[in-house]
Amino acid sequence: MCLAIPARIVELEGDNAVVDAMGNRYRAKTTLLAEAKLGDLVLVHAGFAISLVDEEEAKKTWQLIAEINDFEDTSNKVSG
Amino acid sequence: MLEKIYKAQSVMNSACEKLGRQINIMEVCGTHTVSIFRNGIRSMLPERIKLLSGPGCPVCVTDQGYIDIVLKLADRDDCIIATYGDMIRVPGTGGSLETKQSTANIKVVLSSEDALQLAKDNPEKIVVFVAVGFETTAPATAVVVKEAAADSIDNFCILSGHKLVVPAMRALLSGKNHNIDAFLCPGHVSVIIGFGAFSEIVEHFGRPCVVAGFEPMQIIEGLSEICRQLADGAAEVKSIYTAVVTEKGNTTAQKIIAECFEPADGYWRGLGKIEKSTLQLKDKYSQFDAMKRFGIIETPTEDISGCRCGEVLCGLISPPECGLFGKSCTPQTPIGPCMVSSEGACAAWFKYGGQRRGN
Repeated sequence: MCLAIPARIVELEGDNAVVDAMGNRYRAKTTLLAEAKLGDLVLVHAGFAISLVDEEEAKKTWQLIAEINDFEDTSNKVSG
Repeated sequence: MLEKIYKAQSVMNSACEKLGRQINIMEVCGTHTVSIFRNGIRSMLPERIKLLSGPGCPVCVTDQGYIDIVLKLADRDDCIIATYGDMIRVPGTGGSLETKQSTANIKVVLSSEDALQLAKDNPEKIVVFVAVGFETTAPATAVVVKEAAADSIDNFCILSGHKLVVPAMRALLSGKNHNIDAFLCPGHVSVIIGFGAFSEIVEHFGRPCVVAGFEPMQIIEGLSEICRQLADGAAEVKSIYTAVVTEKGNTTAQKIIAECFEPADGYWRGLGKIEKSTLQLKDKYSQFDAMKRFGIIETPTEDISGCRCGEVLCGLISPPECGLFGKSCTPQTPIGPCMVSSEGACAAWFKYGGQRRGN
């Protein structure tokens, strides 16, 4: 539950952003990260950007998330 | 990468030799737990390093009494329960939110903002946001409470189950019955609180606290740094997750938490009552406090008989040592909270066959 997801800010109006994470677009707030700008990569947790993040780090986390999803899918198949 | 792993292994091996005993390291983050299993990290460690999965999953440490309150509110015709998906399967005394989904107003939300929006869209109902999580989700709750106050959205309230990581670590080390040598500290909680927040653990208890990210190399290097400190006999606070974790953390988020909430004593499943370990709304926001609005008094509920999640969370036993594990308690038929959440120690252990090795 405490894994934040890296995403790129693709739209920004006030503190209302639309972010893109691994091709999925959703709404997020930048209230907790005033310095966030359009085009920035940020860590998003429960709908809020909490930190800036660089490209390399974002890629590592995306990879990890894909692996964990894969892990859960596989284990559900095995155990279910 | 292999070279880095060999180097870390050699540091860990020399620490085990130097101390001449088993080294017990507790991770206090459910995502670390999952990553450790997913990547087979246990099998890369010396036999004498034991990893304990601590109270790092907010779903797992939510007291059953809290779930029972949510279930009761779900029965009211005038309420809509807005909850993160993680909470939907957690068993209370009379079922879970999932079992009530067909008969009650229960909505799964992805953020606190969505919960507030539900209140705006349903003025005839009271929306109760099931506000759980550590310091990562608490600021998100605080933001919407402030927004609800500013916009006078009176049909919105929160049931705060927010918990603080450091008081739980302190409580574990203050208990007589523990064997924790060091903590691998959570990555994204630390983005908010900053790695400096763990200084008190190092100063009062002399236990190394190392913040690491979630990818395997980060975890291995974090464990290696802990072993180096233990071998040198010098506990420190350190972050090797320098990409996003600073010493001070996200001060904007900390300020918003402090503006809305104050620390209060609270119940943790398996750990009991811990001093100043939960967040309750300050008096000026009391109209948004579901406990006050509905006149609820939380009473801790005894854990289900036979379930040993409490001992698992304290690092006293590994999941397979529980009599229910893998028999009546599985991810499909969870009894204890550590089996319900995919980040729980029991679920991770069950799914990834952690029982193959003892550490």
